[in-house]
Formats: sequence, structure tokens, C-alpha cells
Amino acid sequence: MESGIVAYGVQIPKRRIKVEEIARVWEKNGKHISKAINVQEKAVAAFDEDSCTLAVEAARKAILDFNIDAKKLGAIYVGSESKPYAVKPTASIVAAALGANTRLMAADLEFACKAGTAGIQMCLGLVNSSMIEYGLSIGSDTAQGRPNDALEFTAGSGAGAIIVGNKKDEIIAQINHTVSFTTDTPDFWRRPHAEFPEHGGRFTGEPAYFKHIISAAKLLMQEAGTNADDYNYAVFHQPNGKFPLNAAKILGIDPKKVEQGLLTPYIGNTYSGATMIGLCSVLDKAEPGDRILAVSFGSGAGSDAFDITVTKNIIKRKAKKAVFDMIKEKEYVDYALYIKHRRKIKSL
Amino acid sequence: MLGEAEQQRLFIFIKKCEDLEGIFMPYNALPLNWRKFPERYNLEGSYCETCDTYYFPARVLCHKCRRKGKIVTKEMPRIGTIISYTKVHVGLKGFEHETPYYLALVDLGKGVKLLTQIVDSDDSKVKVGAKVKKIFRKINEGSKIGPISYGYKFKVIK
Repeated sequence: MESGIVAYGVQIPKRRIKVEEIARVWEKNGKHISKAINVQEKAVAAFDEDSCTLAVEAARKAILDFNIDAKKLGAIYVGSESKPYAVKPTASIVAAALGANTRLMAADLEFACKAGTAGIQMCLGLVNSSMIEYGLSIGSDTAQGRPNDALEFTAGSGAGAIIVGNKKDEIIAQINHTVSFTTDTPDFWRRPHAEFPEHGGRFTGEPAYFKHIISAAKLLMQEAGTNADDYNYAVFHQPNGKFPLNAAKILGIDPKKVEQGLLTPYIGNTYSGATMIGLCSVLDKAEPGDRILAVSFGSGAGSDAFDITVTKNIIKRKAKKAVFDMIKEKEYVDYALYIKHRRKIKSL
Repeated sequence: MLGEAEQQRLFIFIKKCEDLEGIFMPYNALPLNWRKFPERYNLEGSYCETCDTYYFPARVLCHKCRRKGKIVTKEMPRIGTIISYTKVHVGLKGFEHETPYYLALVDLGKGVKLLTQIVDSDDSKVKVGAKVKKIFRKINEGSKIGPISYGYKFKVIK
């Protein structure tokens, strides 16, 4: 493929709640839970933030930091499972806020946690076929966790934006190959009008997360002619801080190669944003020639796998602020403030 | 400072909104709100090429040059300085649950000032002279089934 990543941006809300604080309210052993899922705290979207505002901020960083003309975007896709509107696209709001052209393909995508990477694949197709010059895909979520549910410890908020283009002097990471693996697996879902998602407990592990991540990764390596040792970094979807490390072990990848793209321990699971933010964080640190394996996972279920090679342009084209520096800007909230901001108080 | 005519227009607008029972995007004022998206999303105002004057909110006529003025659309700077602020403890309708919140008069340079909420900023940092940056936030959700208002707020960067 001739196209690749030309720009990226990340937005993480300022507020954080510690896993131990959530556990305190439900009288559970916070230290034990925090260690078991390898998550210390999660990012909390404020009262006036939603998946749309996070998407706009992430996309603006990608446009500004990498000097991309918003008028040249030919497509904007926003992947989310916490859309502010059930009917009315977020993508059109993002387009207006970026000052994009009105000659624009736009849509909101949903595939649980992998709609952002599905958007990258769509942009790749459009850019490779010269239908558009640049394509923007955003994964953004303010994930919903039912009070006292296992997901409440991890359901975080954040957005990652990636712009795909084909100009040789702009591509910071060549996407060599991508492939997806999809099955009908009911591991996690949310019905219309339901406020919180439901899940199959342990069923979300082996037959869902691991089966799809491993299958997609193996399929990719087979088709791209690579093996686990070829990769300097690996990014996996990260519903908790432990699954990605286990996935790496199964694939024979040194878990150390996962750390740079593993943000869930500090911001929680950002759902559609998770793999995108992880990949952006790896690009913050990667050097020319580095090879990255990125595999997302969306419940329901499927995985998108990417074989990526970092180019020499990355030396000059960098994000103004690295993801790991971004997460240092934080303000802790207690459970009461958390449920106020996330509107879990019934009367709000 | 707002001119007398602008004050009058603002007064009529607020009155009209209150009459419609919902300050933000009442259904029968959708077009009115929709026209303001460029202003609210991207600080789009006006610029008079004849006398080099910036206007925010946008206007169709330069009050200095009148018919000789050439008004063009222009985005205002996204970085500004707090020139005055207040902490609101009794919120306006639609902002009751956000109290306490900061309202500030921000100088964007080029003679442009605007009134805005300051968010994501520590109390110790909100002060006169603080540098602020425009961010994109939800202004109001209104009812659970109505349209959502998005627009500018500012946060302290220095």
C-alpha cells in the first residue's frame, strides 16, 4: 500500500478517578482489584464533555501539530459507542468544528471498541484509490459503566484521531498491510435505549478478546510475511491492563514492546479510542524503521490488524505533546463528583 | 464595550429566548442557532479590510467606514488574556448544575473581547492576566430529547 499515517492527535479529559475510590464505595478490596486488572485510575469526561467534544479536540491536534489543511480532508469517520445523538452524525459536527470542506464523505461508525480502526481501513481504501487526498478517522468514547459492575473500574473517556494520506514527504508511518477477522460472538452489547452495556463476564475473554486478537494478528503476519520478532512495538485493544500483555505472550512478543502503547492502567479503557491512543503513543516514541503491530478488538466481535513501518519523516513531524505527558495533567475526583460529571445521578 | 444598538439587540435576543422557554436551541429558534455555529465553533467574526478592524460577533457593516468598509469573514485568535472574571455560584438557567463556574472577559487582541466560561483550570490559575486558550465544549444539552449546543469555552494555559 502506498498510503499511511500522516498525522495523529489525542485528547484525554483532565479528571481521573482511582480504581480504589470506586471500590471504596462498593466496599470491595480496591488494592486487590487494581492489581488484578492492572488499572490504577481512569479518565473521566466532565459535565460538558462527550465523545463529540473529545473527537473535535483530538482531530484539531492532528490538523494543527502536523500542518494538514482541513479543507483537503475528503472523508471524516467517527467511531464511537457513546454517541451524543442516536440519530445525527458526530462526524458532521467534527467537520464543521475543523472547518473542513463541504465536499466531504462523512459517517459515524459503530463496532463496539474497534470502530476507530475500521475508519482507518475505510480511509486507506479511499486514499489508495485516489478518491480522496486525506482521510480522518477518530475513535472517541465516554464509556458507560454501570455502577457496581466490573466495567465501572475501567470504563474511561478519551479520543484518538489518525489522518491517512499518500504524500511521500508527509507519511510518518507506512501502513504495509491490514486485515480483519470477524465472527458473530455476543460477548458485549447495548440494546437501544439501554443506558449501560451488558456483557458475558468471563465469556468476554477467551472466545472473544483473545480469539479475535490472536487470529487477526496471525492472519496479518501470514499475509504480510512477517513474524513476531519483526515488530519493535505492539499495540492491542486494552479493556484492562492485563489482556494486552497476555495477548503479547501468546503471540510470542516481548510484553515490554506493549508498554509504550498501553494506556489503560492510567486512563482506563477508552473503548473506540483505546487502540488509536495506544498507536499514537507508540508514534510519539518510535524511530525511523521501527515496525509496529496494531490490533484492535470490537465486541460482537472482530479485530482489525495493521502492519506499520515508521518512516524517516517522524523525525521532523511530531505531535507537540506526547500522550504520556498529556496524562500527567490530571485532577482527581471522588466518586460523588464522578457520578455528577458522568450524569449518573438520576435527577440530572 | 457594546454599542447601544448592540445592547438593544442582545436584550431583544435574550427576551426572545426566555419567551421560548429554553435558552439554548429551542426548536423554533433552530435556524437562529444554526447560523451561529461558525461563531460558536470557530470564533468566526468579521474584519474590515478598509480600516483594519476586527469584529466579534460578526457584523455586516463596519460602523467606522460605513459604505466604504469592506467586511470579510475572519476567525478570531484562539489565544487570549483574562481581563476580568467572576465565580458564579448561582447558575443561569441551564447551568444550575455546573456551579461554581468561572465567567471571564477575555481579550483576544486586535480589539476583540468576549465573555466566556473558563473550565479545566485550577482556582489558583484563574486570575487577571492569565493566558487562556479556546477549547470546544458542550454548552448545553437542554432537554433529554432536544438538540445539543456546542461551542467555545476557554482554559488557562499559563
